Amino acid sequence: MNAPAPVTRITAGKALRLRGVSWLVRLRALVLTLAGAAALLSLMALSTTIGDIPLTVGDVAAATFGDTPNSFVVRELRLPRALTGALVGAALALSGAITQAIARNPLASTDVLGVTQGASVAVVALIVLTGAAYGGVSGGLSLLGVPAVALAGGLLGAAAVYALAWRRGLEGHRLVLVGIGVAAVFSNVKYWLLTVGDVNDSGRAMVWISGSLHARGWEHVLPVGLALAVLVPAALFGSRSLAALRFGDDTVTGLGVRTNHARSVLIFIAVLLAAVATASAGPIAFVALAAPQIALRVAGTPQPPLVVSALTGAVLTVAADLVARTLFSPVELPVGVVTAVIGAPYLVYLLIRIRRERRA
Amino acid sequence: MSTAALARPPAKGRLRRIRRRRTLALGVLTAILALTVVLSLAVGANPVAPGDVWLALTAPTGGESDIVVRSLRVPRTALGVLAGISLGVAGALMQGHTRNPLADPGLLGVTQGAAFAMVVSILVFDMTGLHTYIWFGLAGALLASAGVFALGTAGGGRSGSTPVTLALAGTAVSAFLYAFTSAVVLLDEQAMDVFRFWQAGSVAGRGETVFWQVLPFAAAGLLIALAGAPGLNTLALGEDVACSLGQNVAVTRAVGIVAVTLLTGASVAACGAVAFVGLMVPHMVRPLAGPDHRWLVPYSGLLGAILLLTADVIGRVVALPGELEVGVVLALIGAPFFVALVRRRNQVRL
Repeated sequence: MNAPAPVTRITAGKALRLRGVSWLVRLRALVLTLAGAAALLSLMALSTTIGDIPLTVGDVAAATFGDTPNSFVVRELRLPRALTGALVGAALALSGAITQAIARNPLASTDVLGVTQGASVAVVALIVLTGAAYGGVSGGLSLLGVPAVALAGGLLGAAAVYALAWRRGLEGHRLVLVGIGVAAVFSNVKYWLLTVGDVNDSGRAMVWISGSLHARGWEHVLPVGLALAVLVPAALFGSRSLAALRFGDDTVTGLGVRTNHARSVLIFIAVLLAAVATASAGPIAFVALAAPQIALRVAGTPQPPLVVSALTGAVLTVAADLVARTLFSPVELPVGVVTAVIGAPYLVYLLIRIRRERRA
Repeated sequence: MSTAALARPPAKGRLRRIRRRRTLALGVLTAILALTVVLSLAVGANPVAPGDVWLALTAPTGGESDIVVRSLRVPRTALGVLAGISLGVAGALMQGHTRNPLADPGLLGVTQGAAFAMVVSILVFDMTGLHTYIWFGLAGALLASAGVFALGTAGGGRSGSTPVTLALAGTAVSAFLYAFTSAVVLLDEQAMDVFRFWQAGSVAGRGETVFWQVLPFAAAGLLIALAGAPGLNTLALGEDVACSLGQNVAVTRAVGIVAVTLLTGASVAACGAVAFVGLMVPHMVRPLAGPDHRWLVPYSGLLGAILLLTADVIGRVVALPGELEVGVVLALIGAPFFVALVRRRNQVRL
């Protein structure tokens, strides 16, 4: 180590300079973002054309913007469903990307934040113990009750994890371990509730905890849309400290990031995203775990890129929903069952391909 | 592996003290396990005094308490000890091999493989008896983890699998199988009814046959695990260091994974999804056993058995006249304890 190491310039991208402001432009991320958006739009268009009444893309456009006989089907049934899928998928993936970056562990997902399991316990308890959540007796409860209970359960679960993990600061490692402990309590209460109830109620509860986009309307689109509109800019603003948090605590502090503050704010964003998404469509499995890992490998970045992760999540969820409602038509599977069927093989393929490349 | 311990090798006297303390703790754990076994034989809806338990085991007369002890509690306790030891040891191995504190024995797809095979056997072959679909569970567990290992090592060449790809491949395959399981369960009510109880995890009502069915697999796994424990210590230094110390990393890892699969497969097929013990136990014993896997592995096995039996005993008495499933009790009691432990001290890093 006597000779001075040659200075290598790390070319992460071109810097765009405008007077006092400069911005790093990463070509690969930009291209991926555009490609992802294009894929998402075409999938959503496809999703609105397929169904009991087959339509062409032109029909859909006409029905959306004008008044045609198909307007009801498109505007009130298919469009909100596709939108809910895209928004929920994006929210879950973004939340997962933030969690994985903070925990510095690819196996961490929103489950360790206590949101999904907290929401699941609350909803399963509602369905199994009252036995009427989707029943004819309480129509109002089925519309409002389940999402509200899910939101409350999710936020309470997250609060429990956060309170238990805080000890003179918030450390990623401890957060994850506390998170799995709390999640284990919740999921076993859930299993127990599934065994005490009537088998029909258990079946209905299973549909909800698998995550479903069945019969989602504008009332499901709005909350997630609003949440994303506020939280995505917040997350992007926080991505600077997120990039620093991948180093050890001492390094992060040395880089001038207030570790506890940054972690708390970012986790709060992740929790809100996951809670709102779960309240709308149930805990759709695997999106929060797989989408950031897929995005990371496609984009070739050291940690999950936020925008590409969100797009990956949206594409994955919309594609899964398309499969879920056409595969065994007219029987519909919950979308959460299919996300893993599509996402898992792709993730495995990426793992293998990247290892081959590295070896070559 | 803490770097501080590596930098300053302990003096001879200190080493002897540490060793004595660890042997003592091993004895204490064994004693506690013996006590739990007695409790498990005596406590239940029909309590039997310890003296009568002894009589029932040594000189049975065919009375009521003899039948309860010999035909219900002995198989149940034996299965609890077997599953507890298996899961604890498998957890320690899994976390050691992947060097990931989130790794549980089900990570290789074992749990979901077993669940999927069982649900399919119920749907396709109309299996309803536990003794028949346990073979499907075992086969599913072994196949799934073989698949995960193949995927995790594919394209890796001689270097074998890295912990991260292995863990991710396992998670992906688990999610994939779970998706099919839930699809089957949602379409078939009979499968749903079996699955929901299997998922909660239980050692009750298994009978002696189940114990003998899974014993060979668990015993083989345990032997391999104990033989492979020293190799894990070298592996904990990082793959490059282990390689330069003359260890064949790929073989060590493959052997460890075979052990984890046998241990977890046996217990999951017999008792359902109770794999969480395996995640929790190594974290609990690490402050006691230190980072040395030769101590960590037996400690984990003993504590796993103690926890599982205690949870089973508690589950029998808290919800009289009914019972709570052991998996549920384990999580409800074990997880808060686990959280408290994580909060209390700085965890030993992997």
